[in-house]
Amino acid sequence: MAGCRMKLELSRVALGKGRLGVLKGLGKTGQLSLEVPGCLLHTHLGTVPHLTQDTLSTLSTLPSVTQITLSNIAEHQEVLEEFKDGFRKFAGLHDTVLYCALHDPATPCPTGHTTNKTVSVWGSGGRIELTVAKFMALQKAVKPDWYQSMADGETWQINTSHKRVRKSVDRSLAHLDECLLVHQKSQELEGVEVFGVVEGGDILEERVRSAKETAKRPVSGFCLDGLQTGSMDQALRTQLISAVTKELPEDKPRLLQGVGRPDEVLASVEAGVDLFEGFFPFQVTERGCALIFNFNISSNPELAGRAPPAVLEPGEDQETAGDSQHNGDLNPDDQTQMTSFEINLKDKRYQGDFRPLVEGCGCYCCRNHQRAYLHHLLVTNELLAGVLLMIHNTAHYHAFFSALRDALAEDTLDLLKRRVLGQTERKD
Amino acid sequence: MAATRACGAAANTSENIMSLKKALSVASPLTLRIVAECPVTKARACDLILPHSAVSTPVFMPVGTQGTLKGITVDQLDALGCQICLGNTYHLGMRPGPDLIEKANGLHGFMNWKRNLLTDSGGFQMVSLVELSEITEEGVKFKSPYDGKEILLTPEKSISIQNSLGSDIMMQLDDVVSSTVTGPRVEEAMHRSIRWLDRCISANKNPEKQNLFAIIQGGLNTELRKACLDEMTQRDVPGFAIGGLSGGEEKDDFWRMVTLSTDHLPREKPRYLMGVGYAVDLVVCVALGCDMFDCVFPTRTARFGSALVPWGSLQIKNKQYAKDFEPIDSDCQCPTCKRHSRAYLHALFKSDSAAMHHVTIHNIAYQLNLMCSVRQSIVEGCFPEFIRTFMKRMFPSRDQYPGWAVDALASVNITLE
Repeated sequence: MAGCRMKLELSRVALGKGRLGVLKGLGKTGQLSLEVPGCLLHTHLGTVPHLTQDTLSTLSTLPSVTQITLSNIAEHQEVLEEFKDGFRKFAGLHDTVLYCALHDPATPCPTGHTTNKTVSVWGSGGRIELTVAKFMALQKAVKPDWYQSMADGETWQINTSHKRVRKSVDRSLAHLDECLLVHQKSQELEGVEVFGVVEGGDILEERVRSAKETAKRPVSGFCLDGLQTGSMDQALRTQLISAVTKELPEDKPRLLQGVGRPDEVLASVEAGVDLFEGFFPFQVTERGCALIFNFNISSNPELAGRAPPAVLEPGEDQETAGDSQHNGDLNPDDQTQMTSFEINLKDKRYQGDFRPLVEGCGCYCCRNHQRAYLHHLLVTNELLAGVLLMIHNTAHYHAFFSALRDALAEDTLDLLKRRVLGQTERKD
Repeated sequence: MAATRACGAAANTSENIMSLKKALSVASPLTLRIVAECPVTKARACDLILPHSAVSTPVFMPVGTQGTLKGITVDQLDALGCQICLGNTYHLGMRPGPDLIEKANGLHGFMNWKRNLLTDSGGFQMVSLVELSEITEEGVKFKSPYDGKEILLTPEKSISIQNSLGSDIMMQLDDVVSSTVTGPRVEEAMHRSIRWLDRCISANKNPEKQNLFAIIQGGLNTELRKACLDEMTQRDVPGFAIGGLSGGEEKDDFWRMVTLSTDHLPREKPRYLMGVGYAVDLVVCVALGCDMFDCVFPTRTARFGSALVPWGSLQIKNKQYAKDFEPIDSDCQCPTCKRHSRAYLHALFKSDSAAMHHVTIHNIAYQLNLMCSVRQSIVEGCFPEFIRTFMKRMFPSRDQYPGWAVDALASVNITLE
């Protein structure tokens, strides 16, 4: 039997307005928990990109769940099998819940290599083909606290045929059943939770079918795949998610894969999503940008621990190329394009700007450094730029989620939306 | 790491230092207090009191060329016990430029480093970027690799930039010649360096806050070195660097020039050997009387996956470490060794740049700890013993000891059995 200690305690549920609660019973001892809506800590092989323990620990509130992906790990299977004590120990991670995903949400992978029996991941040495047997062998070597079952999600390209979408649903269900079979027989995976993966591309009936069928299996929660940023616009995504969540049990968490933009997060939460992969801060960092969008709707500006509104000069958020004003570009490659939630520190205007990235932000970067310094580091291609930006972007993004939860608790979600999205629509 | 902190703490909390600081805070931005001298070799252990903090010597100074140590925050650097690090005038003078840095409260303010900074003058770039430079009596003309613009770096300009940077120690602009060059150019450069030293001294706008060091040149020629030493030591500068070495010359020539220099440099002023950073070189040159060192090697090699250890180095990216579950050095107390294995770092090098940072931290810790141990042994009067133990650990057998090191140590009464 797959682990079933994970328990979602919802404190508020309002149709079309999102769910608020706590995911409890996590980790080996079942003592850890994660507030929802929430995002996971995105890592490369257990390391938050650019950060070592010292720099990571400057962040005061981090999610209790660390995400690792088989795309980074698969090539190290032999090493982990020889190590025997599981990935957590191998990576020097303490006190964190380990969630193992299949693909790295920040790196779209090539298509055309999925078969009826296999999916592929790309490691540093090239493509690695996974059968369910190999997938499960990896899970046994990794020993996560929870993992997603193997799934075929190659439906995000424009004009994916109905037939192909149907195949992705069928295959993913078959993979799930096989995974569960192996799981139930494995002593090494006792107590480990499994999430089923809902597929269906952009076809409503397939989405519903996938959701209904997956819900029949004894899984602890659900991943929603094939809806990543760039695969469709938010309106369609919302429609599909709403249809899917109608078929899913209320008391099990829903994790939306591949979506991280603040506007998409808000809409997806309203449609019934609980968890997100926290890879957006990394993407922002890689393009030399800093998150500055305002999410503070507190009426008391002196509220301890809150960041006062970020100072946005007229035209401040006008860094974007015209296109990125639209939600959901239809080309997944646009994930690298800057959004209106960030500033491009390479821009000459920051050369002599001695303010912190965000006024009042308590992160290490904002407490110690100025925009002018970050600009210099980026222009000179210095490694420290990535470190500092990763710290700030992670802090800012997780604070956004905290504000989101507060807004749900206080029923001020509309106010939050206007604050956050108001920035998308400004055209000075 | 704990040992390194103790080194610094000992210097910083001693009452002597406090009273000395008070007495001399008006007089001089540099005070050298000799804590111990090795009775066998020429080694010294000193407290070097600079405007931002005291520095325990012998000291290795990590290099942060462009106002950052690559991939490492100032907090991490501070936690490792680093008391002084380097910035570079040529690079910072180009980007972001002295005016901006001045607006940011100097390089200290710009990078938010609260301890000491030493800036090189841009002289070395004359050698490293020789294709892009032209040297005249006036100064060095550089062609910028970024925008093709020409800049003229004169002694006055170099000091002006360094005044804007606000470093605790500034280096004179010297006429640097590669140590593999012979002939009249070497003599010309030596004499010009003396003239440029005088121009630098005149140009220093902040002598009460910033220390200007002279740089002894003369290549590998005894007469020229001696002449340079005789002249430069007549100038009242707070410290001296030994330059023009560590550039590819024979090690046999190298150590002879080092020891010649320390023989003729004043005892009560610090001696800074530029560009030296390999462990063996550091230990030997401390024995020859040097106090301060800098080198990009430990931090650069880290980014290539090379971890420094008492018995040499580990190439972490090599297959042999894929399943090695030990830390880099089980005796090392640095954050990397306390948490991660060679196998994890080996794997991480394929996934994330943080792998470089882990090894950088370790290598800096290694260098600083080495210097700390060297200093401790001098203070305790057992430096010769330290040297012997160090060499035994570093080399598998006696016949693998580098010949030049054996000779150099013999010259200061150390016999290695």
